[in-house]
Amino acid sequence: MNEPAAGTGALRVSVDLDRCCGAGSCVRSAPDVFDQDDDTGVVVLLDPAPAPEHAASVREALHLCSVGAITLDQS
Amino acid sequence: MTDLSDAELITRFPAARTCPFHPQAEYARLQRDRPVARVSMPSGRDAVLITRLEDVRAVLGDERLSADERKPGYPFLYEQAFESPLAGTFMRADGEDHYRIRRMLSKDFTVKRAMSLRPEVEAIVRECLDDIERQGPPADLVQKLAFPVPSLAICRLLGVPYEDRDVFETNTRAMINMKSSPEEVQAAMGAIMAYLDDLVGRKEQAPGDDLISRLVVEELAPGNLGRQELVTICLILLVGGHETTATMIGLGLYALFEHPDQLALVRDDPFLWPAAVEELLRHQTIVQAPTQRAVLEDVEVAGEVIRAGEGVLAVLTTANRDPRAFPDPDRLDVTRNARGQVAFSFGPHQCLGHALARMELEVVFRSLFERFPTLRLAVPPAEVPLRPASVNLFGIDGLPVTW
Repeated sequence: MNEPAAGTGALRVSVDLDRCCGAGSCVRSAPDVFDQDDDTGVVVLLDPAPAPEHAASVREALHLCSVGAITLDQS
Repeated sequence: MTDLSDAELITRFPAARTCPFHPQAEYARLQRDRPVARVSMPSGRDAVLITRLEDVRAVLGDERLSADERKPGYPFLYEQAFESPLAGTFMRADGEDHYRIRRMLSKDFTVKRAMSLRPEVEAIVRECLDDIERQGPPADLVQKLAFPVPSLAICRLLGVPYEDRDVFETNTRAMINMKSSPEEVQAAMGAIMAYLDDLVGRKEQAPGDDLISRLVVEELAPGNLGRQELVTICLILLVGGHETTATMIGLGLYALFEHPDQLALVRDDPFLWPAAVEELLRHQTIVQAPTQRAVLEDVEVAGEVIRAGEGVLAVLTTANRDPRAFPDPDRLDVTRNARGQVAFSFGPHQCLGHALARMELEVVFRSLFERFPTLRLAVPPAEVPLRPASVNLFGIDGLPVTW
């Protein structure tokens, strides 16, 4: 898992499509930021630079991701 | 950092439950004192038992540990090491061999798809509750609600006629019982496989709007899947789709009746149901058989080195009672954030159907208590029949209620 850098500023999210197992845990935590591909269930990143108010839900998505497919940086 | 291969044998596996509502006390002790413990298996071999949430997440998410039971050191739970019904399937495969199949199936198990199935599940639940109401009290909720709802739901999703449920419900029971002999497990699996093979044949002739038909048309016909492979996948989805959720519905209701203060909280505020479902999954984790892995390369877990060729057992029930992750873990608290629980396992093999199961649990619990506000046990709690400890899924065999 890629622990996010501490900070309170802009969020930068990225996802590893090859690692993703399509469980959709991230969609449950942060549906404004993550979705799933209708055909494969693999993660679709809706917003790579979500507003700071999404920080808590994105951090939870990162924590719940079973395969460490989410990376978060916060400046 | 120490090398576990020199450690003494701590205990025998499996330990027995002493209280139906709590995981094995012996594993709780190990979690506190020896989070990475060498245990002796019924086969006579040793394995490494992992009990803390952080360590369970680490080993189940680590590619240096394999889910393939044909790899050296894979820790078989039975006295005799015999190939499980899952040997060679995507559930016992790593990397691309696993993902190739998983991605064929994920389409029907996304979070959105679970949400779109909700009205259909609500209708199924309504029919079950109508039936219970018509017949009047007392009612056995295991028989009248816990089994029919997930069975009907997975049957509709897969395109399996519900009238044929005896074939898979009865044989599943034999497959998940650790007391079953290898021959009994093979026979039970064979019966379901023969049924599904015939069903696949019918879908080839006349495909419908269901998951098995989709796999027949999109994957079997162009040769992406072999026929035996497809039939085994159908078996996994059918067995995994009904018994687990049914068991959790029954046990979850029993736990709610035993914690009336918690039940009152969700009855008064139905928006708490999603959190209550997470908490029930955490507190009453039904999968009591540990998750097995073979170590492919030396790994370090909590300061101990586990060598290549060893077997690892990750205990989900105990991980979900880890006080480091869940304060006062033995307390059922429907208001806590239990979303980090691992009842659906963790890592690439995390349960494919978790979103569907969570939705079914929420709809069943919520609809039941809305329909019958005075619902209560019809027998003293101690008379609720518990499943034999040998069954891999911990649960109850009946839940008599009145209202």
